Amino acid sequence: MGDIVNLVLKRLGFGLITLLVISVIIFFMVELLPGDIAQAVLGQGATEENVAALREQMGLNNPAFVRYFEWLGGAVVGDFGTSIVSGERVSTIITERFINTLFLAAYAAVIAVPFAITLGVVVALLRNTLFDRVANVLTLTSISSPEFFLGYILILFFAVKWQMFPAISSLSDGMSFAELLDRTFLPALTLVLVVTAHMMRMTRAAIINLLASPYIEMARLKGAPPWKVIVKHALPNAWAPIINVIALNLAYLITGVVLVEVVFVYPGIGQALVDAVSKRDFPIVQACCLIFAATFILLNLAADVGAILTNPRLRHPK
Amino acid sequence: MAQDKSVLLDIKDLRIDGYTGEEWVPIIKGVDLRLHRGEVMGLIGESGAGKSTIGAAAMGYARDGTRIVEGSSIEFDGMELTTATEGERRALRGSRIAYVAQSAAASFNPAHKIIDQHTEAPLHYRIQSRVAAQEDAMDLYQRLRLPDPDQIGFRYPHQVSGGQLQRAMTAMAMACRPDLIIFDEPTTALDVTTQIEVLAAIRDIVDQFNTAAIYITHDLAVVAQMADTIKVLLKGEEVEQASTEDMLENPQEDYTKSLWAVRSFKRTQKRRPTGEPPVISVQNVDAAYTGGIKVLDDVSFDIHRGMTVAVVGESGSGKSTTARVITGLLPPTSGQVLFRGEPLPPSYLNRSKDQLRQTQMIYQMADTALNPKVRISEIIGRPAQFYSGLSGTALKHRVDELLDLIELEPSQYYDRYPPELSGGQKQRIGIARALAAEPTFIICDEVTSALDQLVAEGILKLLDRLQSELDLAYMFITHDLATVRSIADEVVVMQNGKVVEQGPKDEMFKPPHHPYTDLLLSSVPEMDPNWLTDLLEERGVDNIGEAADV
Amino acid sequence: MSQFVILYFAALIVASCLAAYYKKQGPFMTLFSLTLISFVLGIVGGAGTLRLVATFAAVLAFAAGVSYAFREFLVVIAPTKLGKELKTAPLTASFGMFVIFTYGIAAIFAPWIAPHGESEVIASAFAPADENMLLGADQLGRDMFSRIIYGARNSVGLALSATIAAFAIGAIAGLLAATKGGWFDQFMGRFADVIMSIPSLIFALLMLSIFGPHVYVIIIAVAIIYAPRVFRLTRAVAGNVVVMDYIEAAKLRGEGTGYLIRREILPNSTAPLIAEFGLEFCFVFLLVAGLSFLGLGIQPPTADWGSMVRENATLISFGDYTPLIPAGAIALLTVAVNFVVDWMLFRSSGLKEQ
Repeated sequence: MGDIVNLVLKRLGFGLITLLVISVIIFFMVELLPGDIAQAVLGQGATEENVAALREQMGLNNPAFVRYFEWLGGAVVGDFGTSIVSGERVSTIITERFINTLFLAAYAAVIAVPFAITLGVVVALLRNTLFDRVANVLTLTSISSPEFFLGYILILFFAVKWQMFPAISSLSDGMSFAELLDRTFLPALTLVLVVTAHMMRMTRAAIINLLASPYIEMARLKGAPPWKVIVKHALPNAWAPIINVIALNLAYLITGVVLVEVVFVYPGIGQALVDAVSKRDFPIVQACCLIFAATFILLNLAADVGAILTNPRLRHPK
Repeated sequence: MAQDKSVLLDIKDLRIDGYTGEEWVPIIKGVDLRLHRGEVMGLIGESGAGKSTIGAAAMGYARDGTRIVEGSSIEFDGMELTTATEGERRALRGSRIAYVAQSAAASFNPAHKIIDQHTEAPLHYRIQSRVAAQEDAMDLYQRLRLPDPDQIGFRYPHQVSGGQLQRAMTAMAMACRPDLIIFDEPTTALDVTTQIEVLAAIRDIVDQFNTAAIYITHDLAVVAQMADTIKVLLKGEEVEQASTEDMLENPQEDYTKSLWAVRSFKRTQKRRPTGEPPVISVQNVDAAYTGGIKVLDDVSFDIHRGMTVAVVGESGSGKSTTARVITGLLPPTSGQVLFRGEPLPPSYLNRSKDQLRQTQMIYQMADTALNPKVRISEIIGRPAQFYSGLSGTALKHRVDELLDLIELEPSQYYDRYPPELSGGQKQRIGIARALAAEPTFIICDEVTSALDQLVAEGILKLLDRLQSELDLAYMFITHDLATVRSIADEVVVMQNGKVVEQGPKDEMFKPPHHPYTDLLLSSVPEMDPNWLTDLLEERGVDNIGEAADV
Repeated sequence: MSQFVILYFAALIVASCLAAYYKKQGPFMTLFSLTLISFVLGIVGGAGTLRLVATFAAVLAFAAGVSYAFREFLVVIAPTKLGKELKTAPLTASFGMFVIFTYGIAAIFAPWIAPHGESEVIASAFAPADENMLLGADQLGRDMFSRIIYGARNSVGLALSATIAAFAIGAIAGLLAATKGGWFDQFMGRFADVIMSIPSLIFALLMLSIFGPHVYVIIIAVAIIYAPRVFRLTRAVAGNVVVMDYIEAAKLRGEGTGYLIRREILPNSTAPLIAEFGLEFCFVFLLVAGLSFLGLGIQPPTADWGSMVRENATLISFGDYTPLIPAGAIALLTVAVNFVVDWMLFRSSGLKEQ
């Protein structure tokens, strides 16, 4: 078991280092700005005094690496400074929106993951049949469509023509859970469509890849029926790739969410990021980027650890 | 018990097509096969003969990319498999017909314990309870002389050695006491010393349960030990069939005779030239791969001008690593390699163009040794251009000359690509590429082991002719002692990274030997049906199980 | 029972029977499934739904016909070796090629095809379609159809140049890493890992927020984001080639890195690399479209599909499908490229699973 612990620890360490490097990139990229932040915020017309005052207020006179450590120290405890535009604490703006975003992603994942994995296995079982070909064309079409295309199609039919669900996901306090599910159904469905297609294709590929193994032929020659070949002989070896597929797509959900939030005017962190980008509100941009990257890294980490833990060769060392 | 000798398997006019990616082409062209209960039939032929495909068809199974043509008949114990439903055919597999694959390591599912895979079929067919099936498995492990039979099944496949896995797979095939087992080259992937125990175990168990078997192999000597009757196949057609004794003593067809006559080639042994330093001298070389695992330990030997030194050993003995040290791909941790008395820089990166030119290599797999996207003319021409600066007509002339030398018609091969050639032709191109550099020393790494026997014979003869014409020194890496007998002047035997014995060939094949050399020599199957029985008696049956487990 | 319903089912059943009679299993299954689906949907949804199904089937059949004809056309004009391979292409792939061909024509000849200028205001805002304006006017009264045509040039051109930039950097680095190995390989691998652990859209947004939404910023950002992905794949593909004995033979001959890459590795990696280029193009195209949709891509008044969706989005709430047209244009091209790539991957993987 020592091997496994070692590998997992190594992987964790690498994840941590990656996160650090990324925080450096995110922080120092802003430093690359022509002029500096104060200048960029106030514009070319600002007087020298105003710029200097803002510099003083933002602590820009300290050397960059000092500010980096201050920023990082704050970020670790959830303090990302204040917004340049509104002067509010970044954390107050972001926290609730981040929770909303996580809710939307989770909503989509809960539907998509079991659905896609099952379908992926079914498609692998029925490979090269008409059903498989149709599924191939449909999933390819789905992953080729921009999220806003799918989103607007859903709005056009479900919200405008058939009026089954609201087109805009406005959330308010004191909504019942059922109401919440109803209001966020369309954005969740959009995400489900994209992610399911991805996951199905990857699950299918992972399983078919395994089906070429000699031990699968052996299982067939031992008289195992096709479903048993897949479930008992292919699946236990497919966990690593499947876990990978899930993590990759959950990570994809996190980014896909930005566009979907804009389409459905959903009050999530993606909206906040897009607003901040167009207003050049750097503290918010940096905070959002760091949060997105951290989630992304965490998911990849989970996938790799999962793959290590399910590998029979590692679980049962010689 | 009176033994039932009725017909078990009756295949008539079997035709199977294979899909090339564009069209279906026949790969089995009307083969008949009749097997009685308790009979062991050897299917023998070179690659592409269709042995494996017939083996699978005997289970009513067509591999992906193959299909059994209508009109073929496969009758198993009175049941026609070609018209049976998939469910009926499947119900035979694992219960009445079992299969033992070539690579046990790849054919056991890495995710399950060996014994759970063993009991899968008995439980699926509800023949036994789990406990009974497990006890039966342990009994079979015992009969197959697996070490620690009560516990070994509870390990995972990667925790068990290749020879043991192959025996465990034979046990698994026996789980439902089938009427017929298909053995598909079960010992091809094993070393000779391991092969013996697996062969003995298979023969015993088949005998004990009076199981009929189809034994597929390309190795004549092996099939002679295992089979009652032998069927010879060539390109999807039967050449002839006879009882093992008749077939060995009195083959009828020319093709069979040519197979039997292989390795008749033997050249006279040369002696070392005097008064000059050896072409290559390996001196006290130690080597390790990254991670510090020592793979070579104090290896020393000399190779003289115009002579062939065979380096023999099983997988993991360090013979290929020695070649990597000589070529400079793996710099030694200590010791050195001399070329005509001058030390060579340890890494090829520091060697001069002329030093690189002097040492050339011919590889085992001609498929991976030749770039598939480059024309023959460039493959052979490049070294000539690179080292001698030839170009234009001079270069073309040189390529023609080289093609002539390896007995291929220049105008026919000049513009072709490697994938269009046969295995033997590719290997010849590999030789021509080595010769193009005008070397004095060539390393031949298992150059014949991927080739069919007749083709291999041709390559050996060619190499021999080139050696005497061009005064080349060869280092011949091989695990095949028949090749050593036919071409070597001197022999170096390696085991676990050490040289255990070396000397002129005639001395090496005469006793007394080093114990390992003895084991190696005696483990090579001979074309005598009683060889295995005699050997087992000589060694004492009980010792066999442990012979290669150490 | 309307005349349409009777004729529709009669035609389907006759066609199915013919297919069955001539033992054409594929067409029969397709036709008969369509009959059954129409039957069920017809009962549930009435003649309207049936008409929808029929239209959908007709569009599919038309697309299949075009694809078939285009494939035969390609087989004839292509050199024999390529033609033989094209013959094995599924209809989806030839459909993809046809779409790519069409987009190419539209992009190259945009000024001649488009009836109006790219930013020429010719009507009132959101004016409906008439004989002068095929698809009506946009939010400023510009001709939608002309802007779609120009969009092919701008949107696809931008995505293509960004992909080429990413590909050039990534592929060269990947080939070098595979050939050189050692610390360079290690370092590049780690570096790529780090870049790839920032979500692509987020990274692009970060760069755009800092340097502003200019075309060259987009190209550089995309190159930085996607080069590591190309690097990984090229490294993997070349890595499979580098272990071959012929590479060892060339190294031992004393050949330099340039020769190894050019003559030995590249010729054996082209097929997967071309497929990868198509795949990367899809990712880049979708990313750039997403950025434009967020208002951070090509800036107005240049016609760009992503921005056009955003500018006309309000129409959706009135049940008008106009904003879906530029979005559909994006989807169609991506689907087309994916279809072709899917076929190429299938071919190069040499899947023997029957």
